[in-house]
Amino acid sequence: MNIQKTTLAVASATLAAGISMAAWAEYETLVEMGYPAPQEGELVHVPPTMADLEEADLHPELKQVIRRGYDLFTNTQQLRGENVFNDMNCSSCHLGEGRQPFSAPIWPAAVTLPNFRGKNQHVNNLEERIAGCFAYSMNGTPPAYGSDDMLALSAYHRWLATGAPVYPDQPIYGRGFPAPERPETLSYENGEALFVENCAICHSEDGSGLYEDGEYVFPATWGDGSNNWGAGIVRTHTAAGFIKNNMPLGQPLSLSDQQAWDIAYYMTRQERPQDPRFTESVDQVLEQFGPTFHKHSSYGDVREHDGHRLADHANWGEKGDIVPWNVGQGRFENLED
Amino acid sequence: MTTMRIASGLGLLLGLGLAAGHAQALEGDAERGQQAAGACVACHQADGSGMNVPGGQSWPRLAGLPAEYIAKQLHDFKAGRRENASMMPFANMLDDQQIADVAVYYSEMPVTEAQGGEGADAALLARGEQLALRGDWDAYIVSCKSCHGPDNTGAGGTFPGIASQHAGYIATQLRAWQAGERGNDPQNLMGAIADRMSDEDIRAVSAWLANQSVASD
Repeated sequence: MNIQKTTLAVASATLAAGISMAAWAEYETLVEMGYPAPQEGELVHVPPTMADLEEADLHPELKQVIRRGYDLFTNTQQLRGENVFNDMNCSSCHLGEGRQPFSAPIWPAAVTLPNFRGKNQHVNNLEERIAGCFAYSMNGTPPAYGSDDMLALSAYHRWLATGAPVYPDQPIYGRGFPAPERPETLSYENGEALFVENCAICHSEDGSGLYEDGEYVFPATWGDGSNNWGAGIVRTHTAAGFIKNNMPLGQPLSLSDQQAWDIAYYMTRQERPQDPRFTESVDQVLEQFGPTFHKHSSYGDVREHDGHRLADHANWGEKGDIVPWNVGQGRFENLED
Repeated sequence: MTTMRIASGLGLLLGLGLAAGHAQALEGDAERGQQAAGACVACHQADGSGMNVPGGQSWPRLAGLPAEYIAKQLHDFKAGRRENASMMPFANMLDDQQIADVAVYYSEMPVTEAQGGEGADAALLARGEQLALRGDWDAYIVSCKSCHGPDNTGAGGTFPGIASQHAGYIATQLRAWQAGERGNDPQNLMGAIADRMSDEDIRAVSAWLANQSVASD
């Protein structure tokens, strides 16, 4: 199996360098392409592949369940109308089957959870974290905790984390969608022009993506086919980090920081299905979730060029009035200190 | 007889400052296209199947490719944006209307079988399947499918179907991109990937794609 994890220790450089070469070699291509090299003290983990799974010493039924998880992750549309109500797959945003550094690789969730999560202000386990993706990014309602699909997805996460330390005390190399430094000003107009020039050939000028025989090829960047207003990628810095590190497909890091931010600004100031945490009004959502989330998004902003107030609507997309069961679910509310 | 609107590659040229001259949308006509395609048949065959020519310059299957894609290639041959000594004189024989007509004519033909993948061994085909369907992200090679669509049968007017295309043609094109001899893809989307492929990758993916059957509607 092809699994390495490495601590780039500060001391004993010779030994550490010797140890680190293995993981370095795996990510050498990325570094050559311009991604940052692992820093001293960072946890570098190279997740195993599905080919490695075939060779792995695991129970055959576990392998089947992991394969099912992989299949759900890369073809989440098979849950369309049941758990997924937009045009996305998990792998639409988590590129490279969830293994790719700087594309929000998913294995860290398996080794850092359960943990407190700012977004919903309580301790989440892996299944609840996955449920969050369904409620927001997939504009859907999650498979039940403990269900076959949830188990398969969490098994796939855990498989990718094989060999990584649980509750690591080091920063993780390539985690999330690290945002480039925010420029002083962001331009909607530049963002629009850049989107047409660099993104529209795949995602269409109206952001609706590209379909072939009813099957989506390129995901919708806004609109009913896209994630709703509660998804992490509506935060401008997250979108900028995704774009800078991953787009255009095959040419990561080709856009300048300013360009990535301008496109992100333009893209996140388009309409999409309502935040499922909405109960009364846009102002109420801002009051309740502004401090922990929407201060980073354009939710409730009034667009300069047309006076449109973003998210001030009752469009929930294809999902209609279904409320995802995990939204607003509390935990340990009576826990004593 | 069916007709289709072709924007003469307009969508591809937007933002590149090359749109002048091809800005008007031309209505293609398959019947007129058949008449204009007289010179194409010698290489691309009457059924649009082309031919795999081992060790030589393979002639691509045109049958079932998107009309928009075919029209863009013909315009690019004429303008020198895609360089090919064999194609240029033939493309030059066609005016804008004939290009639109020929493109529709070939786009409406059923996809034919491809050659050139017959002798490939199982390991090579497995690598080809991986690249076509899943990619190799450690080398930052994204899958063919992510742009060329479900089953690699094409997506929209920009991304041609490559399943059931001749192995010799696919390999030649990928090598041309690597050598800087082909660069008419929008935004270098193909060139960036081709540059990261090894020669074995190219042989693998060409053979695998050539072995795929595409059922036409």
